[in-house]
Amino acid sequence: MMKHLAAGTAGLVFGIGLWVSGMANPRKVIGFLDVTGAWDASLAFVMGGSVVATLAGFRIVTRRAKPLFVDRFHLPTRKDIDLPLVAGAALFGVGWGIAGYCPGPGLTALTTLSAEALVFVAAMIAGGLLQRALFKPA
Amino acid sequence: MHDFTPVPALIGGVLIGLASVWLLAANGRIAGISNILHGLFELPFPAWRAWFIGGLLVAGVAWQLATRPAPLHEGFPLGWAAAAGLLVGFGTRLGSGCTSGHGVCGLGRLSARSLVAVVTFMVTGTIAVYVMRHVLKVAS
Repeated sequence: MMKHLAAGTAGLVFGIGLWVSGMANPRKVIGFLDVTGAWDASLAFVMGGSVVATLAGFRIVTRRAKPLFVDRFHLPTRKDIDLPLVAGAALFGVGWGIAGYCPGPGLTALTTLSAEALVFVAAMIAGGLLQRALFKPA
Repeated sequence: MHDFTPVPALIGGVLIGLASVWLLAANGRIAGISNILHGLFELPFPAWRAWFIGGLLVAGVAWQLATRPAPLHEGFPLGWAAAAGLLVGFGTRLGSGCTSGHGVCGLGRLSARSLVAVVTFMVTGTIAVYVMRHVLKVAS
């Protein structure tokens, strides 16, 4: 139960951060990526603030032998730069630029009940399932 | 510079980072939203993923109640929203992460894979916005 409450509070604080920062507003995101037009640099501060927190916090947390509510840390172990990484990131970036939503903002924007957020999230889930169908997990 | 809001951006960014640190400290998990979402459709049902996404949704409801209505993307064509969603879903699963998993968490772990991913999606995102706004002139 504790681990579920921890995940819920993490999602809640993460989501509040998305709204406070402007990241959940597709116009701000597109303004940030529109370097040749009406550029809005705000989201560089979102990335800066969040990475400073994780740089410091992850260092402290991973000194512990294990997390608070489970037996071990689940950390990525891969180090290789391969084609799926680069191609996947490239496709993601195109989708992000088209609508101004990445996954977290898309999900929390469902609460605006706007048709575009609903369509975006449904298509995002479908895109993930399509990828899994085409590239069977090992 | 248009609509520059560095202070809320910084405060919100720190909240996002602290939430990610908390998820790692409590559950040993990376707060990569695309991974959390895609993993929701695997068996056995991963309840913690549903709780995290539930938290994101509660945050959205609280924000809608506490502030003026969220800025919407008036007149954005739904066909483009669908295309964007497909690309984001497919690409994040193929590339093992998004702005949170590779950006917030991967950069915080000094991961070279994540740095490559972040540079790649920033570049293609910038190109996509250029094409949408200045070539195709789609409302956004």
